[in-house]
Amino acid sequence: MDIPTLTSKRSLVSGSIILIMFILLAISPLYAPRYTVILLTSIFMYVVLTVSWAIFSGPTGYISLAPAAFFGVGIYTSAILGKALPLPIVICFGALASFCLALLVGALTLRLRGIYFAIFTFGLVEFIRHLLLFWECTVTGTRGRIVILVDQTTVYYVMLAIFAISLLTSYFIRGSKLGLALQSIGQEEDAAAHTGVNVTMVKVITFAISAFFMGAAGAIMATRWTYIDPYTAFNPLLSFMPVLMAIFGGMGQLYGPIIGAAIFTYLEEFLITRFPYHYMLIFGIIMVLAIVYLPDGVVGLLQKLWKRIPGRKHADT
Amino acid sequence: MLVEILDIVVSGLLMGGIYSLIAVGFSLQYGVARVLNIAHGEFMMLGAFITWMLYNVFGVNPLFSLAICGPIILIIGFLLYRTLFTRLRTSSESIGAYEGSSMLASFGLLFIIQNVAILIWGTDIKGYSYLNFGVNLGGAIFAANRLVTLLFAVVIGAAFYLFLARTHLGKAIRAAAQDPATAGLMGVNINQVLALCFGLGALMASFGGTLISMCYPIQPTMGFQYTIIAIIVVVLGGLGSIVGSFIGGFVLGLVGSIVSYWQPGLSLTAYYLLFIVLLLAKPTGILGK
Repeated sequence: MDIPTLTSKRSLVSGSIILIMFILLAISPLYAPRYTVILLTSIFMYVVLTVSWAIFSGPTGYISLAPAAFFGVGIYTSAILGKALPLPIVICFGALASFCLALLVGALTLRLRGIYFAIFTFGLVEFIRHLLLFWECTVTGTRGRIVILVDQTTVYYVMLAIFAISLLTSYFIRGSKLGLALQSIGQEEDAAAHTGVNVTMVKVITFAISAFFMGAAGAIMATRWTYIDPYTAFNPLLSFMPVLMAIFGGMGQLYGPIIGAAIFTYLEEFLITRFPYHYMLIFGIIMVLAIVYLPDGVVGLLQKLWKRIPGRKHADT
Repeated sequence: MLVEILDIVVSGLLMGGIYSLIAVGFSLQYGVARVLNIAHGEFMMLGAFITWMLYNVFGVNPLFSLAICGPIILIIGFLLYRTLFTRLRTSSESIGAYEGSSMLASFGLLFIIQNVAILIWGTDIKGYSYLNFGVNLGGAIFAANRLVTLLFAVVIGAAFYLFLARTHLGKAIRAAAQDPATAGLMGVNINQVLALCFGLGALMASFGGTLISMCYPIQPTMGFQYTIIAIIVVVLGGLGSIVGSFIGGFVLGLVGSIVSYWQPGLSLTAYYLLFIVLLLAKPTGILGK
């Protein structure tokens, strides 16, 4: 069997597995209990944040701590426009608002390298939050906003759709010239620039694409919370979570961030219900242990274990 | 008018002293140990709470607590570095990868330290009264405890600078900051020195915490806001520059005081604006090359 048919056969198999999974997820509100649907929506939200974070930060190695900013922009767009416009348009606006902010921020800051970029994006979230707080206190004289509720099943389907689109986007970027350019930037940025990659353009566009999905996720999630204010919308925890989830899952593979986000979200739910007083402590310990002992994530660990199974050794060589 | 200006300037310097101490610690941890320590403010919070406990339970003078809290936090920091960060450093492929993973690990530490503190002390706001009387400085009145705070911040900062500049160990630290690999070849026990730097950074934070507990109410969740201020100050002074951080702390204190005078709600926003403009215009800081 020659290689092209082998790979196409493999991608056919994995493609159909993914398709079956999506069909199962799509019909789950019909048979699953209400709680499961809500939990799945939370999982999808984190998966979208993590997958879209990994689109940019995975190959380039730039640690962006801005997810909370883009997510929050989506939330606020939804809160402001939700009363006037239909849901799909609101979500599009939320996504576009984040996209534009990312274009602006990216164009300004992506010449900062390494830790400077991380610090800047971290500061951005705080800056927007404090500016909004000041605005609400002095100009509008209100604190927070009420968001129009949408029923849980609709939220679920919209989130599933955003999840599917972000996953497809991530998949196509990986295989495209853009993905190759991103990887070369991650390995040696100067060399990439010398070989004709428009480094700034590639970084800014990809950064904005990843923000697009975060904004969309924020716009739909806002409808699940009845009340939002700058503290809930621009929560720095939401900047760190996607990073930790991506690392926990392993960034080498497309499905790593998905697995990481799913396990972490479930773990969070489990710990909150079982150990309401100690859950943050346990969470912190797991976080530290995962970073120190699982540098390649769960997927990396599984691959290592898979190779250790006796009898598999000569199959690999 | 003159009294108002004096009021603004001295208030700024009073706040700046504490900012400086915390930022110097942060700068040491990042500049030498290469940990962008998101949990830095938590060491400050620990210092503040240990001081509060010593004062309330044993009646220990808060200024004397500096000598008790400091070593405790130093040891905690040193052990944390030896157990967590040394392993991360040796297993990371590059310095960039280590900076990323150590920052994330410190974020996990934030949760651990903060929640242990909540388990011990609860979530209530706490405080005590120490040297709480007014001192008249040329017409403007300041609390005595805040003036003592400033004095101690300057003394501690100066002592620390002399330690780095004049002692053998200080020289080893500066060597490790410039080039860890070469410093190692020259006989510096690099793992110990980096751990010591992390510990010393935590010690400076705990000094800041002790001084803060003398003037302001404290609570277990107070650390993070000071971490953010430390990050801003360190960027202001130049990442890794100890002197820059010390001066930067006072500059930020002054900026905060001027903006608060004009519009109290905007001081934090002004910090970020300054921070963002500075990162874009001169990422190496005011004293950077």
